[in-house]
Amino acid sequence: MPKDHGIGASTKRREDLRFLTGRGRYTDDINLPGQAHACFVRSQVAHGRLNGVNTDTAAAMPGVIRIFTAADFEGVGGLPCGWQVTDRHGAPMQEPGHPVLARGKVRHVGDPIALVVAESYDQARDAAEAVVVDIEELEPVLDMKAALAESAPKVHDELTSNLCYDWGFVEENREAVNKAFETAHHVTTLELVNQRLVPNAMEPRVAIGDYNFATDDSTLYTTSQNPHVIRLLMGAFVLGIPEHKLRVVAPDVGGGFGSKIFHYAEEAAVTFAAKQLRRPVKWTCTRSESFVTDAQGRDHVTKIELALDAEGHFQAIRTETYANMGAYLSTFAPSIPTWLHGTLMAGNYRTPLIYVNVKAVFTTTVPVDAYRGAGRPEATFQLERVIDKAAREMGIDPVELRRRNFITEFPYATPVAVEYDTGDYNATMDKLLEIADVAGFEARLAESKARGKLRGLGVNCYIEACGIAPSQLVGQLGARAGLYESATVRVNATGGLVVMTGSHSHGQGHETTFAQVVADMIGIDEKMVEIVHGDTANTPMGMGTYGSRSLAVGGSAMVKATNKIIAKARKIAAHLMEASPEDIELKDGRFTVAGTDKSVAWGDVTLAAYVPHNYPLDEIEPGLEETAFYDPNNFTYPAGAYACEVEVDPETGKVTIERFAAADDFGNVVNPMIVDGQVHGGIGQGIGQALLETTTYDEYGQLLSGSYMDYAMPRASDVPFYVVDHSCQTPCTHNPLGVKGCGEAGAIGSPPAVVNAVVDALQRAGHTHITHIDMPLTPSRVWAVMQG
Amino acid sequence: MTKVTMTVNGKAVSGEVEGRTLLSQFLREGLGLTGTHVGCDTSQCGACVVHVNGQDVKSCTTFALECEGAEVRTIEGMANPDGSLSVIQQAFQDHHGLQCGFCTPGMVMTAAALLARNPTPSEAEIRHYLEGNICRCTGYHNIVKAILAASGQDVSHLGHGDAVAAE
Repeated sequence: MPKDHGIGASTKRREDLRFLTGRGRYTDDINLPGQAHACFVRSQVAHGRLNGVNTDTAAAMPGVIRIFTAADFEGVGGLPCGWQVTDRHGAPMQEPGHPVLARGKVRHVGDPIALVVAESYDQARDAAEAVVVDIEELEPVLDMKAALAESAPKVHDELTSNLCYDWGFVEENREAVNKAFETAHHVTTLELVNQRLVPNAMEPRVAIGDYNFATDDSTLYTTSQNPHVIRLLMGAFVLGIPEHKLRVVAPDVGGGFGSKIFHYAEEAAVTFAAKQLRRPVKWTCTRSESFVTDAQGRDHVTKIELALDAEGHFQAIRTETYANMGAYLSTFAPSIPTWLHGTLMAGNYRTPLIYVNVKAVFTTTVPVDAYRGAGRPEATFQLERVIDKAAREMGIDPVELRRRNFITEFPYATPVAVEYDTGDYNATMDKLLEIADVAGFEARLAESKARGKLRGLGVNCYIEACGIAPSQLVGQLGARAGLYESATVRVNATGGLVVMTGSHSHGQGHETTFAQVVADMIGIDEKMVEIVHGDTANTPMGMGTYGSRSLAVGGSAMVKATNKIIAKARKIAAHLMEASPEDIELKDGRFTVAGTDKSVAWGDVTLAAYVPHNYPLDEIEPGLEETAFYDPNNFTYPAGAYACEVEVDPETGKVTIERFAAADDFGNVVNPMIVDGQVHGGIGQGIGQALLETTTYDEYGQLLSGSYMDYAMPRASDVPFYVVDHSCQTPCTHNPLGVKGCGEAGAIGSPPAVVNAVVDALQRAGHTHITHIDMPLTPSRVWAVMQG
Repeated sequence: MTKVTMTVNGKAVSGEVEGRTLLSQFLREGLGLTGTHVGCDTSQCGACVVHVNGQDVKSCTTFALECEGAEVRTIEGMANPDGSLSVIQQAFQDHHGLQCGFCTPGMVMTAAALLARNPTPSEAEIRHYLEGNICRCTGYHNIVKAILAASGQDVSHLGHGDAVAAE
């Protein structure tokens, strides 16, 4: 029987009621009294010297209040980067400045040059078009390898080159890995592109700055996954406002997928302008602006080599990757191709020697940072593709080759610095083969063939490191922040609870899931637990939601705080029943003296805490409110196996996803319905990457795929129903809930399954020269390779 | 500025608008009906879908002045008169057909228009009809499932059973 409440139940989401009736409160739904509207003047060219900005005509236009340029931001700091990577020679990465408004140069189409504030948005936009910008165009920097040539124009004149860093991991293994390749029985090599993607949360970014002259307090309402991080970065590094004078509110947020982690120039600009003008300033991003300002994802060019012995055992892996940083370092950009990518290169397999080289490069394009999976999809894609290619070259079944190399003993320390605590990769593979009905593939293949279609099956595994992250470890790796999470549990006199969490929900359903956990721990109705998030004024300092960390890290903080509550409540109950706290049991919301029929209800205890007439005041304080911070001591390692079946139309090259199955091990699961939904969404994005999406700049650095007319988002008719399963559960060993995180798995595991399936279909049809096709597998690309 | 008058969710409303004022702007800024969302500027995403005289239209691509005298229905007007969720809204909750909620108003309005026209659509018909609505969160599985369920069709083979413990 499925559970009907608490941990393990598919409780319906409470947030749905407001979203389904139009009563959500997203940032753009907020309008403050006296609010002015902002529109940014942006660079129309990829690279140029900014010789002047003339605002005279624009400033005289109707409704215009003020126009800000870089000169107004002289005393303001630049946008900070939150992670410093050290290169393979021990030197720090090259870290260019990132002004709020462009100063001296523009470095990508969309780079903000001026901020026009007017009485209405239309007036601000009209005036922005009248601002005259004098830009001397410079040669754009687009191709990463060309950007590293001695003669290449520099994106940042103050740097020695366009190379951000040349990272080697593990550098000490470099020679041993090279040696292993010299003596290997077989080496499989694959060169591939993990194309640049635009995250495309459906809610465009919005920022509203507000300033209270009476108290000198600033408030920023923004579309963020981590309001506390924005407060710290913007307050301390950009505007010089201490945290106690700055409040950041991220209300309902319409999706993030990484793109709303980062601190963006517009947030600082409107907060600054609001203080200058002493009135609220609101900016709403258009979708066209999103395409040229939201940090983008992926954009790796990789060569991977896999050395195998005669039996197909992996001996060594060597990779060389060029990773595009874009024009500036976005908040966590340097960490994505390094610590979130190189550390995952072992995958689910025993490979004794691994060396990963990453060259991060500046180009005159939109900055690149985390997008769902962030580094881990790039690692998984190259590894699972090269394994498939190796299996074909050596004549070994691809599932068998994987099984032959699976890690089966835990904990397992990889040669790339992480220790997997638990897992059972054979179990998820077995489950996958069952739910994907791989046994029935041959029959379906014959049926496709009868209709003149090619059919292929792709299978792969994935592992990710999430629950980010142990603070001391990431500090050693260059993080300039801690990555704990926090929770305050406030119990009210009549027994209801408010949980204030540093995590942030922007589609994940925390208000429901977190309430399930706390209610289950105490044994009360979920309706008695309210989850509060998204406002620095009423939540403890927390690092927010990304990297599938909310339940594993934020949930653990909540469990810790709730355990403190229960411990104190037990003492109160013991006093009320004149018993010893050790003898008190809590079950179904009642405290009982063990072995007796004496009991008090949860509400009796909470009331006593706030009306302490009969209360152990000499031992404990009145009240029932506890805060906990949880800093994990390891990452969590969700893993699984995915299968995709495609049909390819040999006439047109069009690929159709016929079946998709995912068997995941997320450890324990709190709300299976929500976990299913997270996997579905990740798979949808992964199929989007595999078949449809790409970001294209022309030779001048203009973004050609700059709207939904040009950037192919997956639609309902591009995807099938998915078969997902998370019944294989090896609970995480180091957090109290035994949970691993499920937010990114689908996006990590699905792209290689699709590409493996298409290559399989083409191989089966006799196109044996086709061993790889770069994503997206559009009809024209597939058709072209089929023509040889 | 020109005066425009229309009926929105059963109530007569009017306001002063510019020629360029979009219906989505009029609803959100003029009437404070912020349930209608704007997710793009090329009429592609469908977060802004409302019904005008029973037809599902993209309010970001419709001028407010075009709706003079029209009957407009938005997500705020979709619940039952007693405030409870309508069948289609309830199906979205029961089958987890929404995550961040941003595309949801447009999805519900589009789905309602489909079901009014075709009370028992096939999976393929649903997917085709959602061509003009983009969701980035759900991978569409549970949206299609919710619409099938709202039309009374069996969805028990499509993953986890109905959600439990209604709020």
